[in-house]
Amino acid sequence: MSPIDARDAITRAHHEEWARVVASLAKRFGDLDIAEDAASEAFVIAVERWPADGVPPNPGAWLTTTANRKAIDRIRREHKRDDKHREALMLRDDDPPEPLGAIDDDRLRLIFICCHPALALEARVALTLRMVGGLTVTEIARGFLVPESTMAQRITRAKGKVAAARIPYRVPSAHDLPERVAGVLAVLFLIFNEGYLATGADTDPVRADLTAEAIRLTRLIRTLLPDDGEVAGLLALMLLTEARRPARVSPGGELVPLGEQDRRAWDHALIEEGHVLVRERLDSGVAPGRFQLLAAINAVHTDARDARDTDWSQVVALYDQLERLDPSPIVALNRAIAVAELAGPDAGLTIIDRLADALNGYHALHATRAELLRRLDRRTESRAAYDRAIALAGNTAETAYLARRRDELG
Amino acid sequence: MQYLVSVIDERTNSGTPDEMRAIGDFNDRLRAGGHWVFAAGLAAPSTATVIDGRGEQPVFTDGPFIESKEHMAGFWIIDAPDLDVALELMAEGSRACNRRVEVRPILVV
Repeated sequence: MSPIDARDAITRAHHEEWARVVASLAKRFGDLDIAEDAASEAFVIAVERWPADGVPPNPGAWLTTTANRKAIDRIRREHKRDDKHREALMLRDDDPPEPLGAIDDDRLRLIFICCHPALALEARVALTLRMVGGLTVTEIARGFLVPESTMAQRITRAKGKVAAARIPYRVPSAHDLPERVAGVLAVLFLIFNEGYLATGADTDPVRADLTAEAIRLTRLIRTLLPDDGEVAGLLALMLLTEARRPARVSPGGELVPLGEQDRRAWDHALIEEGHVLVRERLDSGVAPGRFQLLAAINAVHTDARDARDTDWSQVVALYDQLERLDPSPIVALNRAIAVAELAGPDAGLTIIDRLADALNGYHALHATRAELLRRLDRRTESRAAYDRAIALAGNTAETAYLARRRDELG
Repeated sequence: MQYLVSVIDERTNSGTPDEMRAIGDFNDRLRAGGHWVFAAGLAAPSTATVIDGRGEQPVFTDGPFIESKEHMAGFWIIDAPDLDVALELMAEGSRACNRRVEVRPILVV
């Protein structure tokens, strides 16, 4: 076994098995801290052993067994005196090995613990990335532009609350599942968006690691809840958005807007998979939720061979539907962009002016206004709007694009 | 596992007859489900006295330890196997007393 093969195997195992190992330990020991530390230790041992001994035939089982042993060692060290309950847990190993292909409830349980509504949203995102995604604290801190110590504290505090308040290790019961799934999907969508439009001067404008992780976790939920329309909708939305990633930033590091992207560079396999999901939801006849509508909008965009072929009336109709479900100013702004394409820039501007108070601090409002004013040849106003958008935008590729557009105005 | 549930209010003893009836019904359900430990309303914060007995002579100070617009107007102590059960029960409790409530685990010694 060459060291490189072993390293590849460890990387792959980390990607595929991390959540499974952590989830099974969390279930057995009822403690996220122990589960995470023991899983980390098991991977450290794999790094030492696998290059010399060869990769075990079932890496997941090897890692789980090793991590279990490490967890028991730790509990022995920390609870030498009188913790009978833990002692009993250590001696009992009544989990039968799970049959291959069976629904892996341990991981779903772990996702639901990490996304518990009693935790702050930012803590849910951090804990999900750490415990389920296996990202390091350093990576998560970098992704969310906070000091590593702050992120470590956030995760520790969240794990502390899970233990102290006794947040249960289970998938919520059927009647509160829809509500909890909505929270889980919101967290995954946040993770995806942070990857797709990363904020921060020193951050890559696109973080494929975060978008890939969000997609992987959403796929996982989809295998577990195949009949949930919003799960399918979110997965389709992510796939159709991710498909455009290769065309989204120019070689010069500038954001390329949808209408100007080289559509040949899109990932057509992802688009096809997304379209299948959207069609499946349409065929179900069940009223679509927010993610399904957003996915449908993206399906219309990715359906057009050329930007000029976009069926804007279909897009506006879908936004009308979305606005009834989610009457937020952000939805109204996106609808205004589609209206401008369908009915002209004046029609778009009329809507946008009504949103100015609510979204004054949001860069996309000013960027959209700037583009529409440009089309009407209202150059001075357009330039001012670009300036405002640039001052508010956090994504480096987007800032570069807006600055060029502003400078073109002369 | 026991949880302290604080009732948050700006006033004291402000429950309407309807609210008091709803609280009574909710307490009956807590008892029937084996979750009831104790509950009570509290007199106004202005009636509180802070005591510092750490020195040679105890020092008594008039008024509450924390001054705030909102305060703890009453509390429940409930028994629940985990936070999900506690939250589900107290969502009902909050509706019954028509106030916001805070759920906090009691340390297990």
